[in-house]
Amino acid sequence: MMASSYSAKDEDGHITVSGPGGAALRNKKPENTAFKQQRLPAWQPILTAGTVLPAFFIIGLIFIPIGIGLYVTSNNIKEFEIDYTGDDVSSPCYNCAENFSWNSTKFCTCTIPFQLDQPYESNVFMYYGLSNFYQNHRRYVKSRDDSQLNGNMESLKYPSKECEPYAHSDNKPIAPCGAIANSMFNDTLELVYNDPNGTNVSISLVSTGIAWWTDKHVKFRNPGGSNANLSAVFQGTAKPVNWRRPVYELDADPENNGFINEDFIVWMRTAALPTFRKLYRIIQKKNNMAPTLPRGNYTLKVVYSILKATDLNSVIWMGKSAVSRIRFKFFQVR
Amino acid sequence: DGCSSLRLVLLECVGEENWVDSRTVYIGHKEPPPGAEAYIPQRYPDNRIVSSKYTFWNFIPKNLFEQFRRIANFYFLVIFLVQLIIDTPTSPVTSGLPLFFVITVTAIKQGYEDWLRHKADCSINECPVDVVQQGKVVRTQSHKLRVGDIVVVREDETFPCDLILLSSSRPDGTCYVTTTSLDGESSHKTYYAIPDTMAFRTEQEVDSLHATIECEQPQPDLYKFVGRINIYKDKEEPVARPLGAENLLLRGATLKNTQHIYAVAVYTGMETKMALNYQSKSQKRSAVEKSMNAFLIVYLCILISKAVINTVLKYAWQWSPDRDEPWYNHRTENERQRHVVIRAFTDFLAFMVLFNYIIPVSMYVTVEMQKFLGSYFISWDEEMFDEELGEGAQVNTSDLNEELGQVEYVFTDKTGTLTENNMEFIECCVDGNVYIPHAICNGQILSAASSIDMIDASPGGYRRDLFFRALCLCHTVQVKEEETVDGIKRGIHQGRPTSFYISSSPDEVALVEGMKRLGYTYLRLKDNYMEILNKDDEIERFELLHVLNFDSVRRRMSVIVKSSSGDYLLFCKGADSSIFPRVVSGKVEQVKARVEQNAVEGLRTLCVAYRRLSESEYEEACHHLMEAKLALQDREQRLAQAYDIIERNFVLLGATAVEDRLQEKAADTIESLHKAGMKVWVLTGDKMETAAATCYASKLFRRSTQILELTKKRTEEQNLHDVLFELNRTVLRQRSISGLSVDCLDFGLIIDGATLSAVLKPNQEGAGHGNYREIFLEICRNCSAVLCCRMAPLQKAQIVKLIKASKEHPITLAIGDGANDVSMILEAHVGIGIMGKEGRQAARNSDYAIPKFKHLKKMLLVHGHYYYIRIAELVQYFFYKNVCFIFPQFLYQFFCGFSQQPLYDTAYLTLYNISFTSLPILLYSLVEQHVSMETLRREPSLYRDIAKNSLLRWPVFLYWTCLGVFDAVVFFFGAYFLFDNTTFTSNGQMFGNWTFGTLIFTVLVFTVTLKLALDTHHWTWINHFVIWGSLLFYVIFSLLWGGIIWPFLNYQRMYYVFMQMLSSGPAWLSIILLITVSLLPDVIKKVLCRAMCPTATERAQVRCWHQLHLRLEVQIVLFLKLGCSCFSFSDF
Repeated sequence: MMASSYSAKDEDGHITVSGPGGAALRNKKPENTAFKQQRLPAWQPILTAGTVLPAFFIIGLIFIPIGIGLYVTSNNIKEFEIDYTGDDVSSPCYNCAENFSWNSTKFCTCTIPFQLDQPYESNVFMYYGLSNFYQNHRRYVKSRDDSQLNGNMESLKYPSKECEPYAHSDNKPIAPCGAIANSMFNDTLELVYNDPNGTNVSISLVSTGIAWWTDKHVKFRNPGGSNANLSAVFQGTAKPVNWRRPVYELDADPENNGFINEDFIVWMRTAALPTFRKLYRIIQKKNNMAPTLPRGNYTLKVVYSILKATDLNSVIWMGKSAVSRIRFKFFQVR
Repeated sequence: DGCSSLRLVLLECVGEENWVDSRTVYIGHKEPPPGAEAYIPQRYPDNRIVSSKYTFWNFIPKNLFEQFRRIANFYFLVIFLVQLIIDTPTSPVTSGLPLFFVITVTAIKQGYEDWLRHKADCSINECPVDVVQQGKVVRTQSHKLRVGDIVVVREDETFPCDLILLSSSRPDGTCYVTTTSLDGESSHKTYYAIPDTMAFRTEQEVDSLHATIECEQPQPDLYKFVGRINIYKDKEEPVARPLGAENLLLRGATLKNTQHIYAVAVYTGMETKMALNYQSKSQKRSAVEKSMNAFLIVYLCILISKAVINTVLKYAWQWSPDRDEPWYNHRTENERQRHVVIRAFTDFLAFMVLFNYIIPVSMYVTVEMQKFLGSYFISWDEEMFDEELGEGAQVNTSDLNEELGQVEYVFTDKTGTLTENNMEFIECCVDGNVYIPHAICNGQILSAASSIDMIDASPGGYRRDLFFRALCLCHTVQVKEEETVDGIKRGIHQGRPTSFYISSSPDEVALVEGMKRLGYTYLRLKDNYMEILNKDDEIERFELLHVLNFDSVRRRMSVIVKSSSGDYLLFCKGADSSIFPRVVSGKVEQVKARVEQNAVEGLRTLCVAYRRLSESEYEEACHHLMEAKLALQDREQRLAQAYDIIERNFVLLGATAVEDRLQEKAADTIESLHKAGMKVWVLTGDKMETAAATCYASKLFRRSTQILELTKKRTEEQNLHDVLFELNRTVLRQRSISGLSVDCLDFGLIIDGATLSAVLKPNQEGAGHGNYREIFLEICRNCSAVLCCRMAPLQKAQIVKLIKASKEHPITLAIGDGANDVSMILEAHVGIGIMGKEGRQAARNSDYAIPKFKHLKKMLLVHGHYYYIRIAELVQYFFYKNVCFIFPQFLYQFFCGFSQQPLYDTAYLTLYNISFTSLPILLYSLVEQHVSMETLRREPSLYRDIAKNSLLRWPVFLYWTCLGVFDAVVFFFGAYFLFDNTTFTSNGQMFGNWTFGTLIFTVLVFTVTLKLALDTHHWTWINHFVIWGSLLFYVIFSLLWGGIIWPFLNYQRMYYVFMQMLSSGPAWLSIILLITVSLLPDVIKKVLCRAMCPTATERAQVRCWHQLHLRLEVQIVLFLKLGCSCFSFSDF
């Protein structure tokens, strides 16, 4: 489109040499068509107070029920948020955060008791949230290899150079490569209901269905197809340096292991803003009678082990100045 | 000037024979006899016409060079190179792809056109031409012609190169030619063979000719040629004959009514006048283009400051190392080692690349396209088509379409522009006795007999008969015997198919026809003898010796004839001012009185005088003329001197009066232009009285107009200084009074050429008097109409220049029909040519050509108005939509650590300007009509609404930009808060940054398109199709783009993003909400402005709207009533 007219004018004044015989006298009477005479039938609205005010009124009327609907819905949403960053002395995770030793292989676990005043009736979504974590940094966003994640064997061996400096480790290609994968969130959160009768009931957290269906089934694929032996397929690749386990040991369930691990997929969808939430687990409603999470006391167990930084030269990521706060959130949509 | 004077000096040194810029052509390539002249073989190009621009080899480099000279392409190229060199946020594809596309398509198109040109060139260059060689006619190809070849051209053939006519098949050595393809004039022109060679009949004879032609080097003026031919006859001194434009047959012209001619080639190939004439004219730039460039500079500053701000902020923010390089996001070793200055500069460039879309590069493309396509509406306009002429308006440049809506000063020629240039002989006055030919009765001209009675009844005698003979002889009219001639017929006699007169000057035809009605019929020019049928039906023969052609400086023409009794007579006719000073006897007083009286009535007057030459006087005159005509240098000047010497000591015979009727609707047009706030100036070479009468008739001056005179007559009484100051005082006083009263008196100024040059002359008396120029301009500014009479062509241009340069820099328009208007047409911002009877020069040099003056009204008030509002919206909208586009990206940098992360996907970045938002605005700018054509024509005052570039002034620009920024802020922070607080999907899944960008982009595309929809007043099906179509296209494209894993992409970030977004209810709601909020302020502003202070245009819109509704209501009521009555009838 751009080009077609672009130089049309240029040619306008150019030499047009008429051959012998000369130009025939032309009858140039223009055609009397509505288009050429600029007389196409047209609707000619004008914005006057008389026309706009009723329109405003109607649009307002339409918006009112929408607004009411939204208001009611949002009132039904219950949220409960626990900050377990551990930068405060009173916080149960303070010790974990303070004493976290970079080269320790031991997990640090902290337990946070909390109380729900209201029961959560339907499905409950558990989110983790981070602040000041620039998942949308350009260097970070592009530091991935979609073709590797799609199961391409070639890219498994030779990761894209966009993954640098997270492409190779010990001369072996990293799978999954890139900064995003390397910094994957893998705190383990457990939820225990302290029944008033004294027993502690562990609440089952569902870890599937947290990623987009299309991501899990189309965009992310394990190399070598769905039935392959993952540890064999990933032979010759290195795990991301910050990870404790290789990618094929993320989950025992073969449908949720390797690149199609949903926690991994969720993490790989980079957040738009530096403060963000990601879906962690879903607590499904069991039967129609009991609430999913009844009123009462709970304990959140955090295995504070993840995000192990092996590069000791790097900055302390949980230092006082730039904090990546980890929040934990309950969220329920009716 | 310095150059030419140097050349003159050189010439004199070398001697007159060796002209530096002349060429010698050896006819038939025969060397001149030894000793006559040194034979200097000169090299000329062959007759190959090369209209193609490229050859096979240079096509790619040359075409690329040409294309990258355009600012848009060059900008793209720079951005593309930056993207290639450094690590930028957007891939080089975003600018490389459009660039490649544009360049390739343009190159293919130009290549194809060039190929066509090559083909056309080939067919022209290879077309057969007959050449005389060794006394035989040899057929050869056109491109093999060389300078000096003798060519045979047959009837209806086109001349293959510029030729000097040697002989023709017509016995009188003339041939007829049409130059339609050269200058559009379809009349037959007569060309003359050299008298010494015109007798040649056969090839052998022609081949025996031994002569050289000396002529100037090729130059593009079609109507000028100087040269001379030296004919060698055995052992004699060569005979030299002058050659002029009347001997030169131009390439491209066609031979008519002549069986064949012999002619010699003087200019060939690319040196022919036709080829030289197709060089492009200097470009005029419109006011819109200027403000567009100003806006662009502002945006460039914004772009650079944005990049600078972000770079600075980035480094300020990154001061703490855990932000610069947090543990999860390391640099590569290479990047780390780069120096910080280089890194900062790279970052700056990266920001520039990221924000580069704020410069609406595609605007240039769209504007060009809009102008090019839009100009078709002018040539398509049926109302501007003239049946009689068979032609409609013609657009020579589409660059100035919108300038037609900005005109403040209209400079118009009088004759042929305001008036018909269809002359009718009214009366003549000989020695104070008035003769009036019988008027037209029942549309039939009465036979000559009845008018003769009248002449006989009046006293007269020798003088009277001499007067009539003078008018029959002193002209350049041709007689056409054929009944039908191609093109326009002039002076057709109804019912008399035998002959009619043809001339380039309608006055002459009118005079000769008038004479015919008074009993003296000019029959023909045959063998240099002019034949007249006198009132006693006897044929008188006069030998035509010399014609001293008319020119607009001398303002007269003469002929020298030899009567059958052997007397040498010089007849001269011309403007009274140029005749009276040269008259020595005759009844000057009576004639003068009559002339003035006629002029007041608006008639065109000419005076006729004669002089009897003695044999010796004639010889002397001949000598003067020949000398001047043979000169190759300054021939014009020498001729003028010779004419001046010959044309003196006249005896006054009398005067004629010819009426030139006003063009139809001229008065209406001028009135409309006045109402539209334009100042109309009439610039004419006519006398003051004649011109003033025309001005009154055309309503330029009304009864109420107070006329201020600034004429020679007045400045002779008072000095110029006092007159100027007095007029200025009058004007100022009036203005201070009229400041209170609404209905003020308007002023009209009449100024003549002599006074004007006095006013414009730089003041020598020092600074004491101030500058007359300023005072004059001040007076003019307060006059609604100005009449400048007795103007030389150059003075017309001077006036235009003066007004153009005055401190308001108004937009000027010049309109004229004749060659004398060309300078002013070229000078004015917009030049309009009338396809008149005085040739096509004005139309050819103009920017737009129209058949009649009345078409100016529609041209300015309707087309100009439309084009202006269309392009103004186009320009503002482009800046607006790019602000909306890029500003969210700028804001996003604050939330992504100034890392140049693009908000939108590459495809969106690339296609936003190319396809998602381009067509609606293009089509809007082609078909928008904010008020109907009828309204614009009915209410010329609406034109004032857009005067002074009102839609592209800084406040308006600021409004649009602010609106863009507001919308961008709404998009970004709307999406920001939604992402911050809401879960979008019912299954709890989250969206990432690409969804964020896509949401903003969707809102953006819809808002920007709907904003245009809000601005559209004229919804044709095209608008509907394009606006809804482009939204639909966006949706379909996004579905497709996100629906497939694209194998050629190394990232799949958009996979299913759009569909996931659409599957979320809150996303839908937020899209609707954000669009509504973004559009709201503009709607409110529109409504408020309309309610509080509506412009005239808006009032007109409302009026139209009400009328329409009223009509609808009436129809409905009528329909209902009809229905009722039907019912009642059926009941009955």
